[in-house]
Amino acid sequence: MNQFNWSNAVRLGLIAGIIGVLIALVGMVETFDERDIVASTLAMSWTMLFITILVAAYMSASNQTSNLLGVAGSTITGFIFSLVMCVLVFIVETFDIRQTFVNASPTLVDILTFERGMPGGFIYLIGTGTIVGALGGGIYILPEKIRRALILGFGVITFVGLMEDIIRVPMRDFPTVSDALSWMFGRGSESGLSILGATVVFVLVAGGNYLWGENQSKINASVQKMPETRQRSLRILGYGLLILVVLYLPVVLGLYLTEVVNVTGLFILMGLGLNIVVGFAGLLDLGYVAFYALGAYIIGVLTNLSGELTLALGWNYWLALPLALFGAVLFGIVLGIPVLNMRGDYLAIVTLGFGEIIRIMALSDYLKPHIGGSQGIVNIPPPEFLGVLLNKPQTLYYLIVAGCLLALFISQRLRDSRLGRSWKAMREDEDVAQAMGINLVATKLLAFATGAAFSGLSGSILAIKLGTIYPHSFALLISINVLALIIVGGLGSIPGVFVGALLLAAMPELLREFSEYRLLIYGALLVVMMQVRPEGFWPEETHKREFHEATQEAK
Amino acid sequence: MTSILTAQNVTKQFGGLTAVNALNLDIAENSISSVIGPNGAGKTTFFNCITGFYAPEKGEIRFKNNRIDGLRPDQVTQMGISRTYQNIRLFANLTALENIMVGYDPHLKTGWVDAVFRTKRYHEDEKMAHEEANKLLRFVGLAGSGDQVARNLPYGAQRRLEIARALASKPNLLLLDEPTAGMNPNETGEMMRFIQNLRDSMGITILLIEHDMRLVMGISEQISVLDFGEKIAEGGPKEIQSNPRVIEAYLGRGAATEGMATASAKKS
Repeated sequence: MNQFNWSNAVRLGLIAGIIGVLIALVGMVETFDERDIVASTLAMSWTMLFITILVAAYMSASNQTSNLLGVAGSTITGFIFSLVMCVLVFIVETFDIRQTFVNASPTLVDILTFERGMPGGFIYLIGTGTIVGALGGGIYILPEKIRRALILGFGVITFVGLMEDIIRVPMRDFPTVSDALSWMFGRGSESGLSILGATVVFVLVAGGNYLWGENQSKINASVQKMPETRQRSLRILGYGLLILVVLYLPVVLGLYLTEVVNVTGLFILMGLGLNIVVGFAGLLDLGYVAFYALGAYIIGVLTNLSGELTLALGWNYWLALPLALFGAVLFGIVLGIPVLNMRGDYLAIVTLGFGEIIRIMALSDYLKPHIGGSQGIVNIPPPEFLGVLLNKPQTLYYLIVAGCLLALFISQRLRDSRLGRSWKAMREDEDVAQAMGINLVATKLLAFATGAAFSGLSGSILAIKLGTIYPHSFALLISINVLALIIVGGLGSIPGVFVGALLLAAMPELLREFSEYRLLIYGALLVVMMQVRPEGFWPEETHKREFHEATQEAK
Repeated sequence: MTSILTAQNVTKQFGGLTAVNALNLDIAENSISSVIGPNGAGKTTFFNCITGFYAPEKGEIRFKNNRIDGLRPDQVTQMGISRTYQNIRLFANLTALENIMVGYDPHLKTGWVDAVFRTKRYHEDEKMAHEEANKLLRFVGLAGSGDQVARNLPYGAQRRLEIARALASKPNLLLLDEPTAGMNPNETGEMMRFIQNLRDSMGITILLIEHDMRLVMGISEQISVLDFGEKIAEGGPKEIQSNPRVIEAYLGRGAATEGMATASAKKS
């Protein structure tokens, strides 16, 4: 007879309950009650609570020994969750705790009890929680393919519901598409998907995923069977499509979204650079923003026209760019030399100091006549390229894409070379790497210099993008953000940089409505990720090369 | 016989502690020699002095008649000395093949520009390193495990991989720090034959630190015994086994006198 794991089910229920109480008390339930994911059916507030229950119930089911016990466990977890929420409702109704918890309002009680009040609402609350819990268990016991399709389907509905504005707004310029999409979303003042839209999205995504899962191996096999030339032309077609999409993107996205893409691009550029320093070479650099600032300031000083600074050279951007890169590289080496013998924590602290020194120097009165002090540098003219003025997001986009592609290209080639191996060896064990004949000084300085160049390039684009630069644009938080994004993506992984930038740079921009809770969600996500997937979302792959030679011989 | 490595009067101190004291040592070319001694006798410190990880306070170390004390570890490796570690120190997250390719680094000339533009030099270097690494994988019997991440390899394979990595730099002198630590008698025997083969087929001079006396006595031509940083005895396996100072160092004074007594009793 299998034992039922009571303590686990109850514990998960309590944990979920505490998370639910937190979500309610920080005000997210109230704020997002009007924000519908599916119009007048499912609000954002309940979605968050449901996701909490579902995750807890799923975990609860996975900790039981059989499917039946699993569903029982998840039901109990859902039940306990609702009990905790009932206690919250009871406390809010009975005692006045609004002095401390501003959000513990009657509205909150209304939402949680489905406007039925105490005690009748409790039945609804407990019923809903228990059923959702059971559903979580139900998802767990489904065969994997169906489960994956279902989770993806619900995930995409939530995502599309959240991103409604972002999907709809750029489509305004394309009336046909806009009309075609109108059935998908709620009408008038209602937000969120319409029920029909949600159903269609769900069927398309879940069904597509299921079919893909069923036929993936067959499709792969048939591609494998094609003659080499066909495979090649297929690949070229794929790349061609990708290039077209990349080129056409700013036209479709419109001003705001292109701006989001541009900001993400600058972070990708910095991420690729820091990935070389921290991910490949294992040198924890917390002052990375210094090179970003340097790139921006060199461009600013050389190209500005304000006439308030001693050096108002009014150079062309393209003339100043090599100097900005050179300056960043030089500075990377100069900063690298004193820290050659430092490791781990010490290196991190010293580079942190360097980053701050640069920012404070930019702020200082001493350098004010040259670089503008706290007022920064204004009037940085946008550059021209083949007669096109790079002064709006849609044109700057191409410069940023070009920069990212260059950095991507260099990163990849360096990774697969002797230098990349030396970096990784150094990351694994510095002493042994040196004992294997690797010159640590040259290897470290090359990592710092390459990283600095990418960051400098990013900064130089920032300067013309904003047209104005202030010392405050180069705060420590930028270094931390870039570091966080490469960790989230997967240290040392190049595709990871893109994933990380998407999650930590693009998403916060897109989810502006959450702005109040942004850092809270951001932090919670990082904690959960470090627990669940410490290696990052797209970890570094190891290269399979051993039989490379042999297969070539066989041909 | 010419000596490949000569240590004269080498002294290494850590604060007040003298880890290696006025050590003299001569390693003959193409020989297998061992350094033995109780724990804390200064054997590994001496290795670290040879490989440039520590700079000795006094004395000099010559390798092929060039002074190498005070050089950086990478420079020492470039001169032709390579080593393994007492506690295996592989690049744990790199594949076995990549580990060996890193060892081949002193023979590569690819720079930043070569790597980015994939010059002829890059292709030549990569091809050479790759072939060389595959060859070494087969040599140490790890063919087929080349794409495995080093930390996932079984213990014995890790030991052999570490030796392969050390061999990749094509050393003239190979320093092995307890190559059979943690191995069973069977594996130890295998390792012993492997080391002998290294010397015989590749002509590499070998200097061992080892605690397994069967191995030491079985393959060493010259054994040096350290105790408290000083050399207390040197010679072939037979001489060392009957040396009273060695027995004393290992087993204490009482054992030494007793041992002498039994030895003399046997003689008479």
